[in-house]
Amino acid sequence: MKQPASEAQHGGPDAAATSEPPTPATTASSTSAARSTEEKGGWRALGLRLDVRNLSLLGVLAALIIVGGITKPDQFLDTNNLQLVLTQASVIGVVTVGMTFVITSGGIDLSVGAIVALASVWATTLATQEYGFAGILFTAVVVGLGCGLVNGLLIAYGGMVPFIATLAMLASARGLALQLTDGKTQIVTVNSVLDLGIPDSYILGIPPLVLVFAAVTVIGWLVLNRTTFGRRTVAVGGNAEAARLAGIDVRRQRLYLYLLSGLCCGIAAFLLIILAGSGQNTNGNLYELDAIAAAIIGGTLLSGGRGTIVGSVLGVLVFTTITNIFALNNLQSDVQQIAKGAIIVAAVLVQRRTLRNGEA
Amino acid sequence: MPETSRRGLLFGTAAISAGAFLTACTSNEPDKKEPAANTQPAAADDKPGAPVTIGFAGPQADHGWLNAINENAKSRAAKYSEVTLDITEGSNDTAAQIGQVETLINKKVDVLVILPADGKALTQVGLKAMRAGIPVINLDRIFADPQAYRCWVGGDNYGMGVSAGNYIGEKLKDKPNAKVIELAGIDNLELTQQRTQGFDDALKNFPNIKKVARQAADFTVESGQAKMAQLLQAQPSFDALWNHDDDQGVGALRAIQQAGRDGFLMVGGAGAKAAMDAIKADNSVLKATVLYPPTMAASAIDLARALGQAKGVSGLAELEIPASLTCYSAVVDKENVDQYLPTGFS
Repeated sequence: MKQPASEAQHGGPDAAATSEPPTPATTASSTSAARSTEEKGGWRALGLRLDVRNLSLLGVLAALIIVGGITKPDQFLDTNNLQLVLTQASVIGVVTVGMTFVITSGGIDLSVGAIVALASVWATTLATQEYGFAGILFTAVVVGLGCGLVNGLLIAYGGMVPFIATLAMLASARGLALQLTDGKTQIVTVNSVLDLGIPDSYILGIPPLVLVFAAVTVIGWLVLNRTTFGRRTVAVGGNAEAARLAGIDVRRQRLYLYLLSGLCCGIAAFLLIILAGSGQNTNGNLYELDAIAAAIIGGTLLSGGRGTIVGSVLGVLVFTTITNIFALNNLQSDVQQIAKGAIIVAAVLVQRRTLRNGEA
Repeated sequence: MPETSRRGLLFGTAAISAGAFLTACTSNEPDKKEPAANTQPAAADDKPGAPVTIGFAGPQADHGWLNAINENAKSRAAKYSEVTLDITEGSNDTAAQIGQVETLINKKVDVLVILPADGKALTQVGLKAMRAGIPVINLDRIFADPQAYRCWVGGDNYGMGVSAGNYIGEKLKDKPNAKVIELAGIDNLELTQQRTQGFDDALKNFPNIKKVARQAADFTVESGQAKMAQLLQAQPSFDALWNHDDDQGVGALRAIQQAGRDGFLMVGGAGAKAAMDAIKADNSVLKATVLYPPTMAASAIDLARALGQAKGVSGLAELEIPASLTCYSAVVDKENVDQYLPTGFS
């Protein structure tokens, strides 16, 4: 804990000077200079591209809303249904925001579902519930952060590939969650937590879960697009070596990113506890795939270097809306899964087309 | 080394106290009490007979029902002084479970009770045990070859659907144009299809009832909440709901509460303690649950013991234990809930 903190003051030059064998100073500075001008030119183009991508996804969403409105006008175009869709999107949405950061940096976090499961069961043990609202919230967040810290340390300082490190976390967090619960469903009896899930608690008709989701989205967008932290994330994902030469402490940046993803998982776990009124070791099943899929169809590059929070959130909304429309039309899960796959392909193809036209 | 900063110290202390708090929060023990597995008296021939060693191999107890299976087996075996239970660590991995059963065969246990993670995949090792002269009691998930077991004991998924359908039918038979919805379990499991088939077949007895919607959840609380919320939005009014599984039912009840809906009858499935408590309290839409009794594991121990002592089942004329035993899916409602409450699992 202490060492990285002390490095914060003189991390950049230190890391460049010590950890890498002789790179001539001139080369280093000229590469980074070239890199930074290139980046400046690239930023504007990037902004344009992101807009085009988001636009095409908005088109998909609009098409879905039309389909929903035509097939089930009464049930689909209804305030309750809007609340329902947004609430269902909140938990996975918060996870996806964290995932977007990790993917933008060129990493991947396969452990998000397992961390949500572990945080949600740890926060709902009988012993934790004795501490009430604060105990549950605190435990969920700290367990999320703790798992993120382990992921981050293994990847940034242990030199493990993100895929493997987070896969290991997936397995062990699920195992620990099972051990804590013995496979039992832990029902929450703390009313102050449960009350946040029922309509009485809605603020101006907006469920608290949706407010949290909105806040996480806005903060995520600001951090990614308007802060040094965000630029560093993009730089690390674009070219880690260049970022390091430009004076970014890549390892610390990676650590922070997995911590951030863990934090998002902790928050999501708390939302899930409110939503389901319980903690279960099967929670968060396949969240990793849903979050990755949402980020990718949103326009975040799986290879890193480009990320969009707005796109990711739109991706989540597209998936939640599909599920909603299918359920309202009483279509079964086999059809739902086929359609989901088809829509992923369609969304990405449409994006590529619009992208090419936009560039031409 | 740099000198310790105040911030570092603060974070360090905070981290340590958070760690201490979290460690204290792992406990799930309410107050010590007996596991509510099986409190019925043992069968008629309670007297100790010849010693029997029973090997038991099951899947990983990763949800309530499977956990209850293990507890039922253990507590039943503990009732008999002459029975030794050799229970393996549960595994969902076919190869691992085959290895565990082979170990039990090598240990030369007298009788094997096997609840396979996957019935078809464990058929060969069942055959191997039978050929080695160790009779196998196949619990619930059936082997592909009847020669792989001496006796099969398990639940009746089709019967569960039938019981649920008939119970709902009786309650709604005088209501014209009654609407029913179904919250199914994992759709790619055969057992879910069987439950739905039984439910549909039973509802055919009541021409006034129509099933208007069905969605499949995946046995988890989270999915139960999500799918039920959608079903409620899709169906502004209906008269009854059958939910296949009480675990996902926790989520379904939460969704019903969140939507502020009532005025219909809900029937659960499997027989969890939480569901039975709710039925007894009679303060929610949940009025009944259809059993898929975990006590079948206790019965399997009884059958294994009888087999090991070369006895039949008391109360029947046969000299040998039966070749198959299908447990009845009883409906538990307010009338009989006290009788079944001890078998409810959490």
